[in-house]
Amino acid sequence: MKIVVCVKQVPGTTNVSIDPETKRLIREGVEIVMNPFDAYALEEGVLLCEKHGGEVIALSMGPKHAELTLREALAYGADRVILLNDRALGGSDTFATSYTLSQAIRKIGDVDLVICGKQAIDGDTAQVGPGIAAHLGWPQAAYVSGLIKSDDSGLTVERMHEAGNDTCVIKLPAVLTVLKDINTPRMPALKRRLSSGKAEIPVWSASFIKADTAKTGLNGSPTRVVTTRKPAARDKHTIVLNGNAAGSASKLVKILRSRIKL
Amino acid sequence: MILRDSENSGTFKDVWVLAEFAGGKVHKVTYELLGAAKKLSDKLLRKKSRVVCLVLGEGAGTKAEKFFHYCADVVITVDDSSLKTFNDTVYASVISRLVKKYKPEILISGATSRGRSIMPRVAVLVETGLTADCTGLNIEEGTGLLLQTRPAYGGNIIATIKCEHHRPQMSTVRQGVFKAPVPDNSGTGEVIEEIVLEAEKKTRISVIEESFGEDKGINLSDADIIVTGGRGVKGPKGFDMIAELAQALKGAVGASRAAVDSGWISYTHQVGQTGRTVQPKIYIACGVSGQIQHLTGMQSSGFIIAINKDAEAPIMKLADVAVVGDLFEVIPEIIKLLKSG
Ligand SMILES: Cc1cc2nc3c(=O)[nH]c(=O)nc-3n(C[C@H](O)[C@H](O)[C@H](O)COP(=O)(O)OP(=O)(O)OC[C@H]3O[C@@H](n4cnc5c(N)ncnc54)[C@H](O)[C@@H]3O)c2cc1C
Ligand SMILES: Nc1ncnc2c1ncn2[C@@H]1O[C@H](COP(=O)(O)O)[C@@H](O)[C@H]1O
Repeated sequence: MKIVVCVKQVPGTTNVSIDPETKRLIREGVEIVMNPFDAYALEEGVLLCEKHGGEVIALSMGPKHAELTLREALAYGADRVILLNDRALGGSDTFATSYTLSQAIRKIGDVDLVICGKQAIDGDTAQVGPGIAAHLGWPQAAYVSGLIKSDDSGLTVERMHEAGNDTCVIKLPAVLTVLKDINTPRMPALKRRLSSGKAEIPVWSASFIKADTAKTGLNGSPTRVVTTRKPAARDKHTIVLNGNAAGSASKLVKILRSRIKL
Repeated sequence: MILRDSENSGTFKDVWVLAEFAGGKVHKVTYELLGAAKKLSDKLLRKKSRVVCLVLGEGAGTKAEKFFHYCADVVITVDDSSLKTFNDTVYASVISRLVKKYKPEILISGATSRGRSIMPRVAVLVETGLTADCTGLNIEEGTGLLLQTRPAYGGNIIATIKCEHHRPQMSTVRQGVFKAPVPDNSGTGEVIEEIVLEAEKKTRISVIEESFGEDKGINLSDADIIVTGGRGVKGPKGFDMIAELAQALKGAVGASRAAVDSGWISYTHQVGQTGRTVQPKIYIACGVSGQIQHLTGMQSSGFIIAINKDAEAPIMKLADVAVVGDLFEVIPEIIKLLKSG
């Protein structure tokens, strides 16, 4: 199986601040990590290739230092990595991002399966995976919580939704977006860690993947962020109950009864 | 669809709501969105916009009437056995064809796992933008554009997003943001019947089994009250007590990642950055420390109660009521009081 795993570099914390002047996120001093969901996507790709043979290619679109995330992907078991980096790609929304990634997947060629994380913890959109599937015209299964069966022609997967689970059979090529309970990512072996630090990271441009720049970057993005702000602070003071258990419980139940009918 | 000039923007009108069903029942977010759509369409003054409810599914034809009671002016039904199970590919193909045909100004759905898997596909097929998981929608004065407000970075940033040059303007909207309108049983309107084309039925994915509510009890996103257990609950037996409290309050059971990772309860219950985002009226965190990854999933709850031995735990600062104490002593007392009426 030829498997592409899309990995994104994100800030290691969601506790970010906005520059009051530029209205942009302050990126200085914020640690950059691989989007946590993407580690599960990567592990699933590695597991499938261990079973069926093939290769796992980690693909990322981002600034030059997204290299670090791709090195992490190599350490975690990707066979090779590709960075999409081009001025024409900056400022992409999910439409432009999924278009660009789908063009790279076409360029890679003969891909059987694309695995994405459920969502990136910066934008929290969960739209890029299904977007890639739509651009490629492939079927998709989003919110996959388990892989039940796999062979070269298809996969049987379990998708999670609010009220339960679905089981689907999906023929390849296809796109999955995965949740964290699909597997437990392994720790990278020291040897892999060391070699990934030295690896050459191939960088592909927009023209190399034949991307139509009317559909990439800020220009190709239908949506625009017009304002950002910090959420209003919770307007409250905390009532502290620190007496004995029975006393606290009875005060608490009074408070509960004042707010809801029980 | 790209708006090339202001003239052709006039061809886009109406506010569409994609109806969602769960186990044959209308998902309540659908009614909430119909109410929101009514408000939006009233503000799209120059357009004479209508509220259109899009109802897909096997048996959809018999379900139109109800939506007229909740502000819909038009209901488009697509009733076909190929829509019996939730097959994203078929759904997205049909919806995108109808969007191209009728040209809505706005298309919204619930930010449920289904809405969030189908809408990005539709957005790409019709070449427009999509704003995920909105917590606010409004019409900008002067431009008549949809202002879409949403949290990002786990709720630490609130962004407002516009889609100026593409139509329809699309968003998925979180449940509980808008109030469902009071039903007006005299409401009627126009029903348009559409079909699934043969070519759209050919897909490479099939849903072989669907299950609803296999996890007994109320599900997290519908619950007005959530009682969550963390590492402080110490084990599966502790969760029996959490479940008992939840039941006494007619609420649902949540869990921190630490509790899920320890195998005490299934991932379906996980609240937080890598679990679910919830917004109940009352959230009771028991033995949860309140790390940022947990807080991002629940900090917009209406009223937060924390029970923790450690008065300094971060959750205690966020809480409206902080109970300092051993949960194994406090919770049984609460249950006793609730049961004694
Ligand atoms: C990328 C990433 C994603 C994550 N995603 C999530 C997520 O989605 N959801 C999530 O919850 N976490 C998530 N985490 C983990 C998070 O950082 C914390 O580790 C986790 O939330 C801690 O769970 P906890 O509060 O139950 O456990 P702890 O932090 O161990 O806290 C246990 C608390 O219980 C109290 N306690 C112990 N015994 C008692 C008693 N008898 N009575 C009363 N109180 C008691 C203790 O004082 C303590 O405050 C994520 C972490 C990472 C790195
Ligand atoms: N710039 C990117 N490069 C590579 N993969 C991405 C990128 N953006 C998003 N993804 C993938 O899409 C998933 C969902 O991201 P999002 O839709 O942004 O929440 C992530 O978990 C990644 O697998």
